[in-house]
Amino acid sequence: MKVNDLILQTVTTILSFLIITFSIYIFFAGHYTPGGGFIGGLMTSAALVLLLLAFDMKTVKTVFPINFMTVSAIGLLICVLTGVGAMFFNAPFLTHTFGYETFPILGETALATSTIFDIGVYLIVVGVAMTIIQTIGESE
Amino acid sequence: MSLIHLVILSPLILAIFVPFLHKYFRQIHTGWFVLILPILLFIYFIGFIRSSMNGETYISTMNWIPSLGINFTVYLDGLGLLFALLITGIGALVVLYSIYYLSKEKEALNTFYVYLLMFMGAMLGVVLSDNLIVLYSFWELTSFSSFLLISYWYQREKSRYGAQKSMLITVFGGLAMLAGFVLLYIMTGTFSIREIIANVDIVTADALFIPALILILLGAFTKSAQFPFHIWLPDAMEAPTPVSAYLHSATMVKAGIYLVARMSPIFAGAPEWFWLVSVFGLITLFWGSFSAVKQTDLKGILAFSTISQLGLIMSLLGIGSAAVYYDYLDDNIYTVATMAAVFHLINHATFKGSLFMVVGIVDHETGTRDIRKLGGLMNIMPISFTLALIGSFAMAGLPPFNGFLSKEMFFTGMLHATQIDAWNMDTLGILFPVFAWLASIFTFVYSMILVFKTFTGKYQPEKLDVKPHEAPIGMLISPIILVSLVVIFGFFPNLLSPSLIGPAVSSILPDYFLIEDINIYFWHGWTPELFMTIGVVAFGTFLYLTVAKWGKIYEWFPQRLALNRFYDGGIVALERGSNKFTNSYMTGFMRDYLIIIFGFMVLLLGALIVKLDVFTFNTADAADVGFYEVILAIVMVIATLTVIISKSRLTAIISLGVVGYSQALFFVLFRAPDLALTQLVVETISVALYLLVFYHLPKFKVEITRLRFRLTNFIISVAVGLIVIIIGISANSSRLFESISSYFEAVTYTEAGGKNMVNVILVDFRGFDTLFEGTVLVIAAFGIYMMIKLRLADKKGGVEGEGK
Repeated sequence: MKVNDLILQTVTTILSFLIITFSIYIFFAGHYTPGGGFIGGLMTSAALVLLLLAFDMKTVKTVFPINFMTVSAIGLLICVLTGVGAMFFNAPFLTHTFGYETFPILGETALATSTIFDIGVYLIVVGVAMTIIQTIGESE
Repeated sequence: MSLIHLVILSPLILAIFVPFLHKYFRQIHTGWFVLILPILLFIYFIGFIRSSMNGETYISTMNWIPSLGINFTVYLDGLGLLFALLITGIGALVVLYSIYYLSKEKEALNTFYVYLLMFMGAMLGVVLSDNLIVLYSFWELTSFSSFLLISYWYQREKSRYGAQKSMLITVFGGLAMLAGFVLLYIMTGTFSIREIIANVDIVTADALFIPALILILLGAFTKSAQFPFHIWLPDAMEAPTPVSAYLHSATMVKAGIYLVARMSPIFAGAPEWFWLVSVFGLITLFWGSFSAVKQTDLKGILAFSTISQLGLIMSLLGIGSAAVYYDYLDDNIYTVATMAAVFHLINHATFKGSLFMVVGIVDHETGTRDIRKLGGLMNIMPISFTLALIGSFAMAGLPPFNGFLSKEMFFTGMLHATQIDAWNMDTLGILFPVFAWLASIFTFVYSMILVFKTFTGKYQPEKLDVKPHEAPIGMLISPIILVSLVVIFGFFPNLLSPSLIGPAVSSILPDYFLIEDINIYFWHGWTPELFMTIGVVAFGTFLYLTVAKWGKIYEWFPQRLALNRFYDGGIVALERGSNKFTNSYMTGFMRDYLIIIFGFMVLLLGALIVKLDVFTFNTADAADVGFYEVILAIVMVIATLTVIISKSRLTAIISLGVVGYSQALFFVLFRAPDLALTQLVVETISVALYLLVFYHLPKFKVEITRLRFRLTNFIISVAVGLIVIIIGISANSSRLFESISSYFEAVTYTEAGGKNMVNVILVDFRGFDTLFEGTVLVIAAFGIYMMIKLRLADKKGGVEGEGK
């Protein structure tokens, strides 16, 4: 049976990139407005899942040739290292700090080390969700 | 974090890079890279000798969990320095030796050096930590890395057996020790050893004093292979010989000695401490030396010899603790015992390290360690023979080697023990020197067996697998250095006494000893000690020559009652019992698991609610119920009912989705955008996941029609629902505390610089939770991956054996 999914595929290609862009925005917005690493990561995975549904496993793998297990491992490593990093400044494990810097275009911007930690969370969520979905999807 | 923290952690950091060094520099033996580190560390620690001679100590703190009083405080005094030098010095020699011992073609060098470095770092952490919890963490890391090293040749069943045995026994002791540490914390309110020592009056007066003492000694005794926990050490000899030389003679097993020495300022002076440490030490000393004589494996002899020598040091520490009881004596004679303990500790590391290396050479060059096959190697391996001869003579306590001096001091200490006029020592005390003397005779006998059965006698090449020849020079360097130290320390003991022994003893007995007091003489006249040594040599030679005749007495010892039997039986019983217990509830049916989990939850929470009488229903705080909320609630109820009664799976999945999305809408209504967002995406992804697996699911049908089972299901589901509702209502109705949200509202911006409270809580205030949740997620993902991939591989008939 030939499946007619032209509309779904066309819409998905555009939509998934919109979702990913939005998820990145949501991720960075996290410290001040709704969002953050967890939800950003979930949203990115949702975009990838959408691609998986519209296309097949193989196509997505060629577009994103990423081993998602590694992604989650790297995420966890980032989380731990951010925690350890505090110890170099003689602060307890996982102490965060923040400051304000002025940049040419952005103006005064808040910079927080917790963002690095949040990147770790983001990667963990994307990695874990995609690992689970890919392995289950592949098991035929 | 200061330099010394980095120094302690540096072996662990290097361990991360070892696999890469191994991978990218294959033509170079990985050991050469590793060798650099212990040499540098050894030089670094030598720099502290001068200040430690002046009685100065070095302290540096790094905060870890300050709110619980757990900080990585490095405390470097004479005792810690002595051990640090042993760990890095012997460590460097062992790494050098291992480069020639382990071939880079055949062995998995990357894992070997990772484990070895892990061990080195852990050991440095143990001896330099001031905080008991940090000490404990490093202590268990030594057990763990030793487990990995013993099972290095994990294809062999004996290696696995030995590794498991050492792990079970030492970790059991470690846990007991942790309990002892906690008791010390309860008594003093601090984990810092220095502060506990400063508050020693509180500790001795407390009722928990004796339990803490016993628990901590359990840790020390299991680690240092004291009777009856010594049974793990002979089996640990399955590890590669460099490991045996390093862990099981020079360093790790001495962690127990270290602990007793470190805890002496707290516990010494108590009769229980004196009796337990000295008596267990003496029993171990005697039993180890007695058992060593019957061994036929060279490493077996050395293993029991190590056990007995550790007992010797332990018993000396026990007698030395009597010094605290006699604090009024001007010239406190009991400090000699502690001095002897420290001196013998150094000597033992040198001669036992070299003997292990020589035995490794013999094993390497002849293919066997069985003394019944060996013999007459003197002419073929002259250098090894010389090394073994000196090492064994030092071990037997013969002049002019360092073992002689510490053995004389050991006899002095034992003779002093008879003069203690308390604790029934006037009658029982005489047993101390008698046991010590008997044990020394057996020590003499096995030392002679070790060297002369191997290197003299009849050469039997037909019993050897390979043609023996002298070891390569690289393998001989390390034992030559150690044996030179044996000779140097023998002739010039006062090189050590002010620099290492004195400061270490003054850490063990801080108030009773001055560094200037110490002087070790080679010749001190025709003393009783000297006559005891002459007796040892005379009787020992006689026993050695007639060992064939009297050796039969070893057959009297019934194998059935041996401690090993007891251990093995215990393991089998434990395995059977836990298997039976596990099988009783792990039925393999999901419904059974759910019944157990939910039933337990209902019973526990229900009983608690009734017992504590916490059910309250209070609507004072409740807000008005709006129009949308009512609609949503009705939708949710309908959707839930649809899930239950639906006849097709697709309907069930979609209805479940409806429940989830309605929940998200509730969050929107209650103005929790973060939660709503998360709920929406989670719901979407889980529905997608359902759709993915949908195709593979079995046909949807109502499988169980038995009324009894359906009734159980019904009761449990209703009960779970009820309990959850009751808890929800009670939690909402009773506000025992002020809500914590106002605190977060106040500090979110000032403390963390963020405005989104949920996010700030997740990454800043409760970052630890998030970190571990992430870990759980990753583990779960890996678990799913492994399960599905392995099942696929199995179906294809692919991966066999290894994966299962």
